[in-house]
Amino acid sequence: MKTQVNAEKGKQDLHIIREFKAPAKLLFKAYIDPSLFEEWMGTKLVKFDCSPHGSYRFETNDPSGNVVFSANGTFHEVILNERITRTFEMENTSFPVQLEFLEFEGLSTQTSKLNMQILFRSVAYRDQLMQMPFVQGLNYAHDRLEEVLNQRL
Amino acid sequence: MLKTRRDVFQAIADPTRRAILSLVAVSAMTPGAIADNFDTRRQTISKHIQILAECELLTQEQNGREIMYHFNPSKMKEVNDFIEPFRQLWEGRFKQLDSLLNELQNKSDRK
Repeated sequence: MKTQVNAEKGKQDLHIIREFKAPAKLLFKAYIDPSLFEEWMGTKLVKFDCSPHGSYRFETNDPSGNVVFSANGTFHEVILNERITRTFEMENTSFPVQLEFLEFEGLSTQTSKLNMQILFRSVAYRDQLMQMPFVQGLNYAHDRLEEVLNQRL
Repeated sequence: MLKTRRDVFQAIADPTRRAILSLVAVSAMTPGAIADNFDTRRQTISKHIQILAECELLTQEQNGREIMYHFNPSKMKEVNDFIEPFRQLWEGRFKQLDSLLNELQNKSDRK
C-alpha cells in the first residue's frame, strides 16, 4: 500500500492515489466523522460542518499547546461513500486557496481506493507547495537548535 | 496509540543526525567512533544512529566483533527527489489512517 503522487511538469494540479485495506464506506467515514478525522490527521477541529456549503477549520498544536498550523475550507459536494469536493486554505501563509476533489472507490468488500486531485492557482504555487514538507522539517530543526542554544547561553 | 512516523525527512530534520550523516559519509565508522565526535551521552547518539538505520540512511556491516556504519547515498537521493518529500508527508498521514481503519474494523468484528 504505497501512496502514489502524480505531478506532471508544467501542470497546476496533482493526483494522490492510495489503496486501503478497508471498505470504501469506512474510508469515507474517516473523512466525515469529526473525531476520526482529528485522530488520523493529528489535528483539532475548531469547526466541522461536513455538508454542501458547510465549512471546516482545524488547528494543529505543538506539545506545549501553541498553534503551529491552521487551515480552513468549504465543502462543495459530499456524496456518501463516493465523493467529497472541498477547498483548502492554509492560514498565515502566502498560499492561495486550493480546490480538492476526493473520490472514494470500493475495490472489493474489504479494500478501497482514494483518488485525490488538487488544483492550485498556478504551476509555481503547486511546485512551491510540494517543496514545503521538507522545508518545514528543516525550519523545525533550526528552531529547536536555536532553542537549545538559547538555553545554553 | 498510533505509531509515530519515522522516515528519511524526519531523520534529517534533526541537527545531530545530520552531523552524524556528514561524519559517516566521509568514512564508515563504529558507533563508538561516531559518539567520540559529540559531547552528548553515548546512549543519545546510539538512539540517533538507530533512527538513521531504521530509515536506511545508514547501513550496518559486521566487521569481526565490531559493527561498522555506512552511509547509504541512494536513500539520501529520495530527499532530492522533487515529489518524494510531499509523497512522504501523505504516506505518513495515510499510515495513521491505516491504523485507525484497522482499529475500527477489529472493533466491529468483535461485536
